[in-house]
Amino acid sequence: MNETFLPHEFQYASAEHQSQTAISGMWLFLASEMLFFGVLFLSWIFCRHWNPVGFDVGGGQTEMILGTINSVLLLTSSATYTAGTRCIEAGNARGLIAFCVITALLGLTFLGVKFGLEWHGDLDKHLFPGPDFAIQGAARAGAQLFFVFYFVSTGLHGLHMVAGIGLVAWILWRARRGDFSAAYSTPVSVVGLYWSFVDMVWVVLYPLIYLVGRSP
Amino acid sequence: MNATALQDVPPPRETQESYLQDGFSLRSWLLTTDHKRIAILYLASITAFFFIGGSAAALVRYNLLVPQGMIHSAETYNRLFTMHGVVMVWFFLVPAVPVTLGNFVVPLMLGARDLAFPKLNLFSWYLFILGGIVVLYSLFTGGVDTGWTFYTPLTTAYSKGHVVATVVGIFIAGFSSIATGLNFIVTIHRLRAPGLTWFRLPVFLWSLYATSVILVLATPVLAMTLLLLAFERIFHIGVFDPAFGGDPLLFQHLFWFYSHPAVYIMILPGFGIVSEIIPAFSRKPLFGYSFVVWASIGIAVISFLVWGHHMFVAGTSLLSALVFSILSYMVAVPSAIKVFNWIGTMHKGYIHFDAPMLYALGFIGLFTMGGLTGLFVAALAADVHLTQTYFVVAHFHYVMVGGMVSAFFAGLHYWWPKITGRMYPEMWGRAGALTIFIGFHLTFFPQFILGYLGMPRRYHAYPPEFQVLNVLSSAGTTILAAGYLLPLAYLTWSLLRGERAPANPWEATGLEWKTPSPPPTHNFTVTPMVDSAPYSYPTPGSRHRHE
Repeated sequence: MNETFLPHEFQYASAEHQSQTAISGMWLFLASEMLFFGVLFLSWIFCRHWNPVGFDVGGGQTEMILGTINSVLLLTSSATYTAGTRCIEAGNARGLIAFCVITALLGLTFLGVKFGLEWHGDLDKHLFPGPDFAIQGAARAGAQLFFVFYFVSTGLHGLHMVAGIGLVAWILWRARRGDFSAAYSTPVSVVGLYWSFVDMVWVVLYPLIYLVGRSP
Repeated sequence: MNATALQDVPPPRETQESYLQDGFSLRSWLLTTDHKRIAILYLASITAFFFIGGSAAALVRYNLLVPQGMIHSAETYNRLFTMHGVVMVWFFLVPAVPVTLGNFVVPLMLGARDLAFPKLNLFSWYLFILGGIVVLYSLFTGGVDTGWTFYTPLTTAYSKGHVVATVVGIFIAGFSSIATGLNFIVTIHRLRAPGLTWFRLPVFLWSLYATSVILVLATPVLAMTLLLLAFERIFHIGVFDPAFGGDPLLFQHLFWFYSHPAVYIMILPGFGIVSEIIPAFSRKPLFGYSFVVWASIGIAVISFLVWGHHMFVAGTSLLSALVFSILSYMVAVPSAIKVFNWIGTMHKGYIHFDAPMLYALGFIGLFTMGGLTGLFVAALAADVHLTQTYFVVAHFHYVMVGGMVSAFFAGLHYWWPKITGRMYPEMWGRAGALTIFIGFHLTFFPQFILGYLGMPRRYHAYPPEFQVLNVLSSAGTTILAAGYLLPLAYLTWSLLRGERAPANPWEATGLEWKTPSPPPTHNFTVTPMVDSAPYSYPTPGSRHRHE
């Protein structure tokens, strides 16, 4: 790989220099994102600590089967995207295109399951916090708090997924245009970091939503 | 001022166009990715916000001229001080130095041709403007009466103003801060000129680096907190509502986890500016360079560990209050190191009292008073008496307005010739610096006494025995306002009529002075090489050079 022949923006010494910088920029952005979601997780655990019964009852109403299917879909999508990254590093642009399509489809299926099936069902069961909230009795207040976290966190995670699918589509479009090669695939790696981060957020959310309230 | 010294500067190429001549259309400004032009866009925006926030403050002081209040509605008064706080904190103090002076000089000081991510830089300005428009819209169409701290449950359940719109505006502007901080950190890591090692970096870059770390790591905390607040306000059920097992104190913890470090976002760049100016106008190397650098990093780290001192009387445990009190005292150590180092730099220096130096000296005096009174409120017992009084108002205005705004003006005058290619009128500059210093003391010193005597913040009326001090404070405001209008007038005048600036009017060190004023679009025709420590001012009689 000879980077001196590759184009780069005027403020960099070389394409290699530019590529490394872009990757460090994405890492730093993800550090910022970690603090963003970190506040949500911290508040969640704090409120759970003071309302264990309400959170258990609320958690018991979630759809573990759908959540588990979604976890499988999302983890698989990270694997397929990484496979696409490996393809282009070996010079195989067609492989990258194919894996981008699979990744985006897995992501869209995740969103379909999450919002089309799961949220829809939750709203039908009157699990959105408010005067119509389905759960009565002593656990009512705590369970509503659980569903505040549930809807805020899955909503924000969903928005990050939408952005991620947009980025994967952008990579797909650029790959079809022939922008990437074995020598140059920085945007592919940068988007991969973001996609894996969104995956990692789900890895924390999954036990908080579906598992903790069900522990014996 | 020495306009003849050009010996360090390579002869400017006559054919090279400055960044100001690189396109004159509106489009060439609004779609620019040049860090220097974006700095100008930001400068115009924050100036507008400064005068909006300042007008609200002037009305607050006008109201307090008489004990029963000149404005007879407490509601209006509440909206005015909230508007003042929100606009000044998020749309002036936090962004001011990084996005204007920082944006302009960071690549120049590094010997780089632009920031690492120029498009992100422009995007951050659009986010800032969008957030600003949303906030101004909500403040002018009814406003918010909660104070800039948005404490729950007032904001979530009782306040009648546009709380959601205001926090959405702040949320958007927060991402502009994150983008700027991210850009600076990556740029300082990746785009240093050959030979510019970490310990050859000017202190301004170190302090912006420390600031950026806080911007990137603290701002998202505020973003999520405001999001949860907006959710609770819209749906009437939320994380901060004790009726559902939530906790209003949690809001205060999260809010101050951002907002205390934000105080250092405001003041750290000021430390950097002063560390550039004091050596340049004392003709001496910065005393104890590495101490000043580590003090900046130390302040950034400690800033994340002191938020609890805002909640001494809010019902936290005595143990946590004690720990936060001790940690808050620790901030005094690196802050004092800096003040002593600036004084050490001036010691036996050949001091020039040009306007940037006068502003910088004003900064040291005002910041020292603000910092020392900070120790009073960090002490548990004293804070119980002083919290929620005008003592606190005076304390943080000494740091943020006396300190930070003076430093901003110091930097603006110092780099004005570089930014615009014109000299400002020196006598007017000095008059401005003195007016601000005097007006500031007259406005805020009486508030220390008022607070000590027990006058609470945020009330639109007060007992008659406080009137003399309040009138003094309001009178000071008029002098301070004149002091802020002066630079607006003479700096604008200098754009058209000011003397042409040479490349290095102050005979200062630093790569930004080695390119013409104003710089060409790509900053340097040849990437500069660095082979020495910063601030290598030749000092006759000194026995050793700084390493």
